Amino acid sequence: MYRFNYHKPDDMDAAQQMMADAEDGVYLSGGMTLIPTLKARLASPTDVIDLSGLALSGIELADDSLTIGALTLHSEVAAGNEISSLSNLALAIGDAQVRNRGTIGGSIANSDPGADYPAAVVALGATINTTAGAIDADDFFQGLFETALKPGAIVTSVTFPLPVRAAYEKFPNPASRYAVVGVMVAETNGGVRVGVTGAGPCAYRQRNFEQALADNFSVAALDGLEVDYAEFNSDIHASAEYRGHLVGVMARRAVAQIT
Amino acid sequence: MTSETGIGAAVKRKEDARFITGAGHYTDDINQPGQLYAVFVRSMYPRAEIRSIDVSSALAMEGVVAAYTGADLAADEIGDLPCGWMVKSKDGSDMIQPPHPPVAVSVVNYVGEPYAMVVAETLQAARDGAEAVTADFNELPVVVDLASAHGADQIHEAAPGNQCYDWELGDREATDAAFASADHVTSLDIVNNRLIPNAMEPRAAVGMYEAATGNYTLYTTSQNPHLERLILAAFVNVAAESKLRVVSPDVGGGFGSKIFVYAEETAVIWAAGKLARAIKWRADRSESFLADAHGRDHLTKAELALKADGTFVGLRVKTVANMGAYLSLFASSVPTYLYGTLLAGQYRTPAIYVEVQSVFTNTAPVDAYRGAGRPEATYVVERLVETAARELGKDPADIRRLNFIQPEDFPYETPVALTYDTGDYDASLKKAIELIGYDGFAERKASSEANGKKRGIGFSCYIEACGLAPSQVALSLGAGVGLFESAEVRVDVTGSVSVMTGCHSHGQGHETTFAQIVSDKLGIPFENVDVVHGDTGRSDYGLGTYGSRSLVVGGSAIVKATDKVIAKSRKIAAHMLESTEENVDFEEGTFSVTDSNQSITFPEVAFSAYVPGNYPLDELEPGLSEKAFYDPENFTYPAGAHICEVEVDPETGKVEIVNFVAVDDFGEIINPMIVAGQVHGGLAQGIGQALLEHAIYDESGQLVTGSYMDYTMPRADDMPNFVVDTTVTPCTHNPLGAKGCGEAGAIGSTAAVMNALTDALGVVDVPMPATPETVWRAMEGE
Repeated sequence: MYRFNYHKPDDMDAAQQMMADAEDGVYLSGGMTLIPTLKARLASPTDVIDLSGLALSGIELADDSLTIGALTLHSEVAAGNEISSLSNLALAIGDAQVRNRGTIGGSIANSDPGADYPAAVVALGATINTTAGAIDADDFFQGLFETALKPGAIVTSVTFPLPVRAAYEKFPNPASRYAVVGVMVAETNGGVRVGVTGAGPCAYRQRNFEQALADNFSVAALDGLEVDYAEFNSDIHASAEYRGHLVGVMARRAVAQIT
Repeated sequence: MTSETGIGAAVKRKEDARFITGAGHYTDDINQPGQLYAVFVRSMYPRAEIRSIDVSSALAMEGVVAAYTGADLAADEIGDLPCGWMVKSKDGSDMIQPPHPPVAVSVVNYVGEPYAMVVAETLQAARDGAEAVTADFNELPVVVDLASAHGADQIHEAAPGNQCYDWELGDREATDAAFASADHVTSLDIVNNRLIPNAMEPRAAVGMYEAATGNYTLYTTSQNPHLERLILAAFVNVAAESKLRVVSPDVGGGFGSKIFVYAEETAVIWAAGKLARAIKWRADRSESFLADAHGRDHLTKAELALKADGTFVGLRVKTVANMGAYLSLFASSVPTYLYGTLLAGQYRTPAIYVEVQSVFTNTAPVDAYRGAGRPEATYVVERLVETAARELGKDPADIRRLNFIQPEDFPYETPVALTYDTGDYDASLKKAIELIGYDGFAERKASSEANGKKRGIGFSCYIEACGLAPSQVALSLGAGVGLFESAEVRVDVTGSVSVMTGCHSHGQGHETTFAQIVSDKLGIPFENVDVVHGDTGRSDYGLGTYGSRSLVVGGSAIVKATDKVIAKSRKIAAHMLESTEENVDFEEGTFSVTDSNQSITFPEVAFSAYVPGNYPLDELEPGLSEKAFYDPENFTYPAGAHICEVEVDPETGKVEIVNFVAVDDFGEIINPMIVAGQVHGGLAQGIGQALLEHAIYDESGQLVTGSYMDYTMPRADDMPNFVVDTTVTPCTHNPLGAKGCGEAGAIGSTAAVMNALTDALGVVDVPMPATPETVWRAMEGE
């Protein structure tokens, strides 16, 4: 680690002011990515603004949606709620230590290509609530570690509309246990949505799968559908081609779970 | 008393209470007044000429006390890190040992090689200082690919063709003749993947120097502190052996990687003397990946010649072994005397010929890693045997039985220089077949297929040469040191006992096993025996722990010393009981006069030894402490049968081990619980090699798998519930009848897994590690 100024604000305005005042500030949520990065001296912010003092934790059920505070731990989501597919997804994140520190807001704001939550955000058509307004899931993830979050803004919560049915299937990286490919298939009130994480630079919707499932919500509907893997990630664990193959396999398994 | 804690009892480990509660005392737990911190500046280039290094900015920084380069060590006549085993090429010439300065002087040859060291008042300041060191490098062509390393750009001036040696063993003509007359030849091209040892505790060192006496003390994570001291004194010129104390306190795993003398502790102890201050260094995990010696990394062409009935008539093996950039301490012996000599396996193959060419590359040094050569040999033999059985339509168990060395054949001299003392290979195979339920395999396979899974079964009947090593043999083959072991059994006035051993426990449980032996023999409570290890200031001498040697060599030395204590005690008892030695029996801790009711306990004898009121001093010395050195007559030959069953998900290529049976013959067993633990750990590493672990350098020489994000460490949920059992043929030449168990799991299991996987897929070979994509591609016929 390099030296930095540590701040722990107790309200949102103070946090944003500290960020505005910092030469090169960074927000700290669960720290599951930021802390290792700092320890390895791969980042050298002047100011670290710890959000853990803000009241952004908790899960609230409304008539047709579930709103999860940005500082809610993965373990708290995994403990069970009205969207079982989301609980199952949270239970598959990292290991117990990560689930007991990592937060949904931190995961989403980071837009790691191998993170699990983005698949659910996209597939369930969630709304990301921030200090600079609400952002639709389809607009939020913009690229590798890139989101539509405005500079200095803070994710405050994520609102997930309750799906009719949904399931998540993940093929974990054998080393890191991040998603090589993770697919959430959801039948929502707005139609069938298929969210894919791990495969590309950021989470996205597999539109041809959605169309096929809208016509016929069955495993067979996905047979023979192409996945364009030209822009997919490729590393020692999985080539782009293999990731493309796994998108189909994971999607079929997700559909099988709920049919 | 001894029945619950004596030889053969599954005693819970003494050391576990402190390990499990975080009360262990590791090198990084040691702090000294005024202690400084060292950080090494490491090369980002796989190969470059060092034009200049500038440490002035570092020295100007707050808290930085010193910054050294290789030139500073050289100016103090600090020597190269040596290789301790001379291997000769076919033509009789010595292997090439290129210069290996602890801190690079004029050239760097792998990513992570240290070229400067910064010492500061705090770790933070040392890190900042290290980043301020600048250097001007001239990048040179990089040699990474093992297959083409021989003949690629020459790395070391001393090593034309990047060759270290071109070694052979066995009878070439007889082997060629056997192949010419064979009915069938099975051949395989085998890649034994490169691994990174990944001990839980990273390497560390605390160097101390006392100016008033000139005494050095080095705390470090060594598997062999006496050897570390010998090399630092005799080869590296840090200090005279008598002025240097090396202590290996609790050490969290080694797997071979902590046998070697490395740059870091060498530079730390030297600098401690220079500055007359204590200096601490502890590797980050990233440094462990880059700069611990790696393991395996062979390319092999292997051929087995058979008669039509499956009888083996010849084995021909040609291997290229990667040494990395420099020769590590025992690197040369691993692909030769610990590999070629094991190629007979459990079989009566009459003619064997092996050639091994070792080459240098711009990668981290490669040396012994759990099993060291023997896993590579087992992999070659057992993959060949299974493949031959398939090609000839034989049952894999039957073809092995047909070729096994039989119990009546022992002692059995192999065509590759070893003489096996004893064994019963079919006994282990038979038990393993029963335990896995071989008869029910076809049914299980059908059931897997009904569930959309492919199932396969694979065997591996391994042998290893352990108990390193008979000094005479080792020295005649090029070893630079004898490989005996020492022990001292020191009895206190009150009858408690300290056992000093030259072996070192870094997870093996010696404090328990050795205490069981001594308490059993002396008939005293297990709790009254303390085992002292890892300190050159407390144990006379020793060669450390590796090669499954501690019990069979170190334990035998302890038995010898304990026997001397008993002999002396008998003398004392005879004196006290006014009898003669011949008339004094010793049983369960009590000396008694034959045909009389007079007796005296061991603690009473011990007390008398230190309170010698009326001793006939010309015949009987006071005191009760005995030393012994034990040099084994032969290696020991643990052997066994591992059988693995896998299920493959055909859609993803993911392999699951659904059954794994290991039946091992370790000879006599002191503590079956510790043995089972050793087997479990070894199996995890062997299975890890087969399915998960791979050290990958890219074409440019950068280590791609430099963290746990990319290097797949085996985890508990990757492993099945192992079924482990044993058979026993006692070793014929040591007093314990023991053979050693530390490496067997890692030696036998890899081939069993890959035999099972290739059976499931119906293919000849799948490269290791068989990652999901690799298996998926194998199924796609790629």
